Amino acid sequence: MQLPLFPEAASSLAKNVDYLYYYLTAVTIVMTGLIFAAVFFFAIKYRRRSEDETPRPIHGSLVLEIGWSVVPFLVMLTFFWWGAQIFFENASPPPNAMDVYVVGKQWMWKIQYPQGQREINELHVPVGRPVKLTLASEDVIHSFFIPAFRIKHDVVPGRYDTMWFTATKPGRYHLFCAEYCGTEHSGMIGWVTVMNDSDYENWLSGGGSEGTMAQQGEKLFGQLGCSTCHLLDQQGRCPIMRGVYGSRVQLNDGRTVLADDAYIRESILNPNAKIVAGYHSDVMPTFQGQISEEQLLQLIVYVKSLAITGTPTAPPLGSAGQTQGAKQ
Amino acid sequence: MSTALQEPRVAETPNYLNAEYGWKSWLFTKDHKRIAVLYIISITVMFFIGGIFAGLIRTELLTPQGDLVNSDTYNKFFTMHGIVMVFFFLIPSIPATLGNFFVPMMIGAKDLAFPRINLLSWYIYIAGAAFALAAIVLGGVDTGWTFYTPFSSTYSNTFVITAAVGVFIAGFSSILTGLNFIVTVHKMRAPGMTWGRLPLFVWANYATSLIQVLGTPVVAITLALVGLERAFHIGIFDPAIGGDPILFQHMFWFYSHPAVYIMILPGMGVISELVTCFSRKGIFGYPFIAGSSLGIAIIGFLVWGHHMFVTGMSMYASLYFSLLTMLVAVPSAIKVFNWTATMFRGSISFDTPMLYAFGFIGLFTIGGLTGLFLATLGVDVHVTDTYFVVAHFHYVMVGGMVLAYMGGLHFWWPKITGRLYPEGWGRFAALLVFVGFNATFFPQFILGYLGQPRRYHAYAPEFQVLNVFSTAGATILGVGYIIPLIYMLWSLKYGPKAGDNPWRAKGLEWETSSPPPTFNFEKTPVVTEEAYAYGKEEAHIG
Ligand SMILES: [Cu+2]
Ligand SMILES: [Cu+2]
Repeated sequence: MQLPLFPEAASSLAKNVDYLYYYLTAVTIVMTGLIFAAVFFFAIKYRRRSEDETPRPIHGSLVLEIGWSVVPFLVMLTFFWWGAQIFFENASPPPNAMDVYVVGKQWMWKIQYPQGQREINELHVPVGRPVKLTLASEDVIHSFFIPAFRIKHDVVPGRYDTMWFTATKPGRYHLFCAEYCGTEHSGMIGWVTVMNDSDYENWLSGGGSEGTMAQQGEKLFGQLGCSTCHLLDQQGRCPIMRGVYGSRVQLNDGRTVLADDAYIRESILNPNAKIVAGYHSDVMPTFQGQISEEQLLQLIVYVKSLAITGTPTAPPLGSAGQTQGAKQ
Repeated sequence: MSTALQEPRVAETPNYLNAEYGWKSWLFTKDHKRIAVLYIISITVMFFIGGIFAGLIRTELLTPQGDLVNSDTYNKFFTMHGIVMVFFFLIPSIPATLGNFFVPMMIGAKDLAFPRINLLSWYIYIAGAAFALAAIVLGGVDTGWTFYTPFSSTYSNTFVITAAVGVFIAGFSSILTGLNFIVTVHKMRAPGMTWGRLPLFVWANYATSLIQVLGTPVVAITLALVGLERAFHIGIFDPAIGGDPILFQHMFWFYSHPAVYIMILPGMGVISELVTCFSRKGIFGYPFIAGSSLGIAIIGFLVWGHHMFVTGMSMYASLYFSLLTMLVAVPSAIKVFNWTATMFRGSISFDTPMLYAFGFIGLFTIGGLTGLFLATLGVDVHVTDTYFVVAHFHYVMVGGMVLAYMGGLHFWWPKITGRLYPEGWGRFAALLVFVGFNATFFPQFILGYLGQPRRYHAYAPEFQVLNVFSTAGATILGVGYIIPLIYMLWSLKYGPKAGDNPWRAKGLEWETSSPPPTFNFEKTPVVTEEAYAYGKEEAHIG
């Protein structure tokens, strides 16, 4: 018979969350204890001894009212502050985090690694290195939850969410879908395996027969016909691909946007949403409904691999004589 | 009720129960007391339907494997449990029953301001309930009571629209009740019944009414949009056609967080009545308890985002919602402290209603404090969508609201029926409810922190022991609910006559006969003292 009372703590975040949880629990026990004790004590001490008792009324006390409003609120502010601190520190991943891509789908988790490994309901990560997950959903809202890491993030269809963690202890931990998603919601579970560095390198070199994610993306780029208009290095009917990722793109309505995952995603699914300055709309067809979330991620990783690292590139401006062409 | 009505009442004084006979006299009544009785019967039926689903859920969760029913059926069980309990029991529970009966009486009025609208609201409720029951009978709904999109709008192939229509319709009955109360409290108070003399139960129902009127239309619109999205694929919530699934959550919680206060505020009002009567003592800090009801009603509209901290909402929105949620806890804390202080130097008796009030104060304190865990950003990320949340809101909704309703029902039962319930059985059942409740839901806090997600048909084997505790507790809790059902029905015929004021309570409702005459008072009362004027001399401390 197992009767665990606390979950394992296996991420850099877990202990902090636990300490805050202990603090909250302690305050709860003290407060509940005080109320229980007062109610119990009054109930016994002032129990009705005769049917005709009529105690004198006490109308109240401003000092007490202010006291028991302000003091609890100050205590609550410590909850707020500490909780916000943890939340804030874990809001954005460190720049050196390694990428893993997660697609939630009724009712499984599909995981892809940039090196090309793919697995279902299994996530392998090295100990001690920050890992950034990019989360996408193929259908409804799911939620990626690793109790041992004390993290959870909703996986919302139609966009990318990210979360990150640094695992601190090798082992196997539960992975749950935490947002109700239909019939087999409770079967949308798996395991996170935390490995030490050498085991992880071994594991990485073991799989990925279809090439890296970028290579798979490049293949798709050709198959889907993207490469006929989007040339890598020279001006075609559509914006050049090299150096786009991570740059600031000038749009033809005067705005500039950062070419990140969300931008590339939108440009593939809804090409007319943002038109690069100098290009025309309605040139590129939409790929909505024609490629899977996993393929989208491969394309993005491919485009990302074409980024010119170091100095941000200049926005790809169209020449004056350009008459045809769409963004991207 | 019918057995009591057929009893010969030759010697009885005329009252609202014996004024007319026959089913027509009930179904076409405009008497707020009779409408309250209709509501009591209706929500009791719904409570036990919702309770059956709860029992089925707990039975399935006795073992880690999903072995009693299949996943789809289980998903329908928790959905129907939630929909029935929230929209057809908790929301109408106190306002439509005890509020309907006693708000007019407590302010010295003959009836609510709009008796016909009051009857209409019951019919609307019944129509809504009929749709919800139809959805169950036809095959059920599996979206969860929260109807999250795009699952509800696009993916579920159950009777979503039928159930949503039921909730949509029932919303109007809630709006009409709220409207009726607001106008009644403003316009129908007896001479001398100033705002500062209103019983706190009336203040609580007044604050609740504001939320009902302002909040309910939003959930109606939201569910209407889900229905339209399902039927016509408009692209409001479904991202595949340009919608935003998170928009639904903002709209839904904009109502459903305040709705938590629709469910709990009237219960708090009941507790103010019980603590004063059974301590035989004026309330401590009247203006603070009254004002905190309004404070909760207002701030309660500004905190909905605390349900959405892991949806990828912006950092600053998250900080704001976390902070405001801390703030909304203050008025609740004020109430708990004032009730406790009211008992100080009182004359405390341990009748059944007071036992429920004790239970409420303890369990609501735990429910409220664990709500702060969920308002605390760093902790919420871990515990949201787990059994911690389930435990938290059951401490508020059952430990709070249901206990208050039970306490209030026992307290006013002699007034409503003219009969006394058996006190010994009452205390025994109250004890069972308290023990059963804690055994059911306390283990779920631990399960939640361990990471058991809510709405799981099958779960990891190491969670089993705590789940067995929970199921065992639910069995005790179920018995604790059935006993009062039996003895209260029994008391209708066999209970001793109550007399006008068996508790020697203050309040206008106790100054008229039991059961009250059709127009409540022989002549309009004139109010000359504040609420809860127990004892004569005044004393001050602090
Ligand atoms: Cu899922
Ligand atoms: Cu809320």
